[in-house]
Amino acid sequence: MVMTTHEEKMRTVRFRVAATPHIVVNSEICRNECSVHACVYVCPANLFVPLDDGGILFNYEQCFECGTCYIACNQEGAIRWSYPDGGYGVTFRES
Amino acid sequence: MTTAPAKEQFDVIIVGAGPAGSVAALLSARAGLKVLLLERGEYPGAKNVSGAVFYGSAILNQLIPNWWEQAPVERYICRRDIAFMSPTTAVALDFRSAGAGYATAPYNGFTVLRPKFDRWLAAQAEAAGAFLLTSAVVDDVLRENGRIVGVRVRREQGEIYAKVVIACDGVNSFLAKKAGLQREFHSHELSLGVKEVLGLDPAIIQDRFHLSGNEGIAFEYLGAITEDVHGGAFLYTNHDSLSLGVIGQVSSLVERRKRSYELLEGFKAHPAVAPLVRGGKLREYSAHLIPESGWSMQPKLYTGGMLVAGDAAGFCLAAGLYLEGMNYAMQSGLAAAETAIVACQRGNFSARTLAIYRKYLKQRHVSTDFRAYRHAPSFVNGPRLQNLYPEMVARGMEQIFRVDGAPKQKILPLAYRMVRQSSIKPGQLLHDVYQVARAYLW
Repeated sequence: MVMTTHEEKMRTVRFRVAATPHIVVNSEICRNECSVHACVYVCPANLFVPLDDGGILFNYEQCFECGTCYIACNQEGAIRWSYPDGGYGVTFRES
Repeated sequence: MTTAPAKEQFDVIIVGAGPAGSVAALLSARAGLKVLLLERGEYPGAKNVSGAVFYGSAILNQLIPNWWEQAPVERYICRRDIAFMSPTTAVALDFRSAGAGYATAPYNGFTVLRPKFDRWLAAQAEAAGAFLLTSAVVDDVLRENGRIVGVRVRREQGEIYAKVVIACDGVNSFLAKKAGLQREFHSHELSLGVKEVLGLDPAIIQDRFHLSGNEGIAFEYLGAITEDVHGGAFLYTNHDSLSLGVIGQVSSLVERRKRSYELLEGFKAHPAVAPLVRGGKLREYSAHLIPESGWSMQPKLYTGGMLVAGDAAGFCLAAGLYLEGMNYAMQSGLAAAETAIVACQRGNFSARTLAIYRKYLKQRHVSTDFRAYRHAPSFVNGPRLQNLYPEMVARGMEQIFRVDGAPKQKILPLAYRMVRQSSIKPGQLLHDVYQVARAYLW
């Protein structure tokens, strides 16, 4: 159990999922203006899924709220983010 | 236009109950100020991640004598390693001390688990009289007559007023940006840390790392461990678990198209690391950004009615030999509280009055340390120091120790050949030697 898959890692993390997403991805920009799609590689929770049409599908539910996607995104306005409502989102217990 | 004077419900509002915020709240409350400590997590520490070695024991000891006797600490650090890695080899500098201040009070450093430690620390601020409100996310600052007079919490009637706001809201500090004190960051200024906590029997930890009782280790790794991504790795012992992780510069992860959690798997599989983590059972995976650029990414530290401290102010020293954040968070939190106390005494909260924060940061060795090491981060966190040279040292030692019937080589010609074979130019090497000397020696 030392070596684990990403799915096994994510199963150890507790999330309290808010009703509304705190990160919104403008897939139009991803499709038309971005060829890098850095978010797909840098997200430690692997939440950015590239689509066949060049767009990006984003799942906010298991987000660590680290901000890496926002920092890495090279397209102005493609990722809009804030923190989830108070008490929601990731809740670390051991880190 | 006339505006009514602000309804000052609190003397100080502190945003973020991490180490900076909680000690700021503790000191302010002890001085008799009316303090509100806001935390967006379900409890303090719920959103916080670091390695985590806390090197601020002596600082906290001045506030709470013998704090470690009541706080949830894991192990005190008596042994530190810095290891240079090639894909197959490790060369380590092994430091171990039973000397005063390492193995005796107040101890030099403790491993902690942030959700437990931060929660305890915030409770100390509460005990001193601060009011802690959790599950409260702050969206903006409130301004009146050009000065910051409070914050807007995301809830009904969420406008809360105070004489001074201290932003301790972490590396992404939305508040410092809203107040116009911080710019947007570049991806080369920040590193992403991914981490695992692996459960392991305390007896195995003691045997495996040559420890007695509550002793602990802090190992740090440079070189091929992050492949060609600029960064490093760490391994720390807790009471009955290991904390380990990989740190990678965001721009470098993007350029190399590397996934941090795959680098983490590679780290655990390295022949020098695998026997140390064997049998560990994953308890929690986590990730966080680290403001690694120090001096160059610090915001403007104050404006009328507001101060910035901790990671929000970029007070994280990530410079090769040093990997320290919580201690500087506390020192800057205390300096901010001292500033707020003086401002309340004078009844003046202008930027001019709050400028005294600079003096307190200097007295607490925060700004002086960051100034002294201002050349280190951009250079030490670069490709040659973090990846190339450490790997060359490991490969060089492999050559030096090899006995295969071939003639023994002296070290200088060997080093010369290795430099020739690498992508490093002799001028670059000289420049780097000078840079290392300038960063650390004087």
